[in-house]
Amino acid sequence: MRFEYSPAPESRSVVRLRDSYGLFIGGSFVAGSSAFKTISPATEEVLAEVTHAGPEDVDRAVAAARQAYERVWSAMPGRERGKYLFRIARIIQERARELAVLESMDNGKPIRESRDVDVPLAAAHFFYHAGWADKLGYAGFGPSPRPLGVVGQVIPWNFPLLMLAWKVAPALACGNTVVLKPAETTPLTALLFAEICQQADLPPGVVNIVTGDGATGQAVVAHPGVDKVAFTGSTAVGKEIARACAVSGKRVTLELGGKAANVVFDDAPADQAVEGIVNGIFFNQGHVCCAGSRLLVQESVADEVLAALRRRMGTLRLGDPLDKNTDVGAINSRAQLDKISELAGSGEAEGAARWSAPCPLPDRGFWFPPTVFTEVSQAHRIAREEIFGPVLSVLTFRTPAEAVEKANNTPYGLSAGVWTEKGSLILWMASRLRAGVVWANTFNRFDPSSPFGGYKESGFGREGGRHGLEAYLDVVGGGDV
Amino acid sequence: MNVLGAAGDFAASEQSLRRFLHGLPGVDETGARARADALATRSVKADSKRQAIDLAISMIDLTTLEGQDTPGKVRAMCAKARNPGFGAPPVAAVCVYPDLVPVAVAGVAGSPVLVASVATAFPSGRAALDVKLADVKSAVAAGADEVDMVIDRGAFLSGRYALVYEEIAAVRGACGDAHLKVILETGELSTLDNVRRASWLAMLAGADFIKTSTGKVAPAATLPVTLVMLEAVRDFFGAEGRRVGVKAAGGIRTEKDAIRYLVLVNETAGEDWLDPRYFRLGASSLLNDLLMQRERMETGRYSGPDYMTVD
Repeated sequence: MRFEYSPAPESRSVVRLRDSYGLFIGGSFVAGSSAFKTISPATEEVLAEVTHAGPEDVDRAVAAARQAYERVWSAMPGRERGKYLFRIARIIQERARELAVLESMDNGKPIRESRDVDVPLAAAHFFYHAGWADKLGYAGFGPSPRPLGVVGQVIPWNFPLLMLAWKVAPALACGNTVVLKPAETTPLTALLFAEICQQADLPPGVVNIVTGDGATGQAVVAHPGVDKVAFTGSTAVGKEIARACAVSGKRVTLELGGKAANVVFDDAPADQAVEGIVNGIFFNQGHVCCAGSRLLVQESVADEVLAALRRRMGTLRLGDPLDKNTDVGAINSRAQLDKISELAGSGEAEGAARWSAPCPLPDRGFWFPPTVFTEVSQAHRIAREEIFGPVLSVLTFRTPAEAVEKANNTPYGLSAGVWTEKGSLILWMASRLRAGVVWANTFNRFDPSSPFGGYKESGFGREGGRHGLEAYLDVVGGGDV
Repeated sequence: MNVLGAAGDFAASEQSLRRFLHGLPGVDETGARARADALATRSVKADSKRQAIDLAISMIDLTTLEGQDTPGKVRAMCAKARNPGFGAPPVAAVCVYPDLVPVAVAGVAGSPVLVASVATAFPSGRAALDVKLADVKSAVAAGADEVDMVIDRGAFLSGRYALVYEEIAAVRGACGDAHLKVILETGELSTLDNVRRASWLAMLAGADFIKTSTGKVAPAATLPVTLVMLEAVRDFFGAEGRRVGVKAAGGIRTEKDAIRYLVLVNETAGEDWLDPRYFRLGASSLLNDLLMQRERMETGRYSGPDYMTVD
């Protein structure tokens, strides 16, 4: 019997959108020079007008952050800073539904993910780092490690609020102040976070949010008043930032692209491995830097695994991001859709076999069906370049050594997955895979206590856990003795 | 993979049976739970909810398995099974102890409702094989359409798979034309790997249905266990071309619970299993909640438990 789920849209009424948003500088929203529009990628409707911060706006933001750093935040005892972070974490929880709906509207991701993953994890990052604020002397960086100063942070559009939390929570816990530039296509939850800072009575200037495009981001990272730069985004931009900061004395941490191998052995827990493959590449429409975009499957089970994968992909529900039953939402922008389409086209042109889940695509907005490429070789572009979309490239291997060799044969090294019931093989693989995170019998699992970051062109520095504090403390100076 | 072709060998060889069952892909407990939790967040509203409620009602094995059961209670239950009221469709079957089968047969006569009887020294399964077979034969002779047997968990857990297999095959033989549901009592199997192995063992031995629980052991039916059993019937169908049903029994009390199971069936085994011939819900109090929700969908308000019959 056919069992169709009726539409179950989450209500938008919980979100109160303003027509236009200013820049959040020195604790209040201020006007800027020019403006741009942010749209819903699922419908292409304009959601709001947002200010484009120019160099003079960035100047003001950095000055406000410097003043707050020197007069208030760096001098405040850690236990007092911790109270503000706890308060922010609780407000995120209280306003979770509002944040989740707004995130899905602006980003296009399914409400199930923003509700169950992004927003709870964002709150968890603030709770976790609130706990560190008065215990930094026990983090292994000396008895009283000092903050760095003003931190310039540029974040991507794939997890707008969560990436903000990854950046802002440790910076503030360590005693730094922040100038944050959200992504051009997804500024709205950062601006709602600004309201949350006001609601939490966070001292003015501790968090400043400047919206804009790449030029704004460049102005933030190049600003001489910025002591530290933290960036998450593409490897190309990351390299530019590294070059720009190389002679400036600024500290830099970069979290960049990935082309992760998800390695499935013949003794893997079959149904869970298929779930892990699906979760690895179709979670968040594949807009995940650590996405398991290369499936390495042992040749002896390749046919069975692929048949099960196609069957499972047939049940994925693509559509309205606000529908509670949607599994795959909209591609974040037309530019990203064009990039995905171009790379998928190259896969076909280079001789790989394409299969897309038979799901109808909506007429308006930006959409790409969950897609698998088989008969892929290491030389194909779709096996080497980050697609950042719902496109999986499948390769096979015969021995564990071959799996390691293929998995590591990439300029990236952010994450990897290993699927086997054999514990010793998991450990053997994990010690040889050159990736910052190795997941065993799971994929795309995140926790604020677990450090995250890359090898090679996936960047450097870690976020989360005790290791993540290092990026926001003056560990070279050694602090006060 | 043609495993049934070797079924004769299994009966003959403990070792080949063990090799086969232990060669099945493992189940990662964390992953299986995560999948069941994710499917439990599906939001079933409006028309789809209306459809799901009637489907759930038509899949119920309305059950009473108490020492204090009386013919009167069984007659009342049969009346409700045939016509639950509020315009709802009849349930799939009534499920009783063997001695009450004649009462149930009379109670549902002339209706599409089937009579299921537990047998084989339910619920513990601790009796000699000939006693169990006699139990089955008496239920079938009294007119039971379906027999719900329990497996010997002690034998299964100690690895004597051939014993379990032969017992199920013998009961299958004693059932004649009656359908055989094999209760795995998953609450005593302790791991999802065991659930998958027991599911395959029962199907290889001839089960028409595999069923989670007696309802006498906690935990009874759970979503992760039912997920693994649905994967097993799906894979068995792919290998053998025979469609085996699944019955989730015990602990399913609310309309929300029931719909979660239907979602699990829909997205695991697929819509071919969304049929009372291939999926059942063993329950007693569930029916009233479904009826109450059904009435609410039609009238826009809840009436309350006083308007629902107790039996």
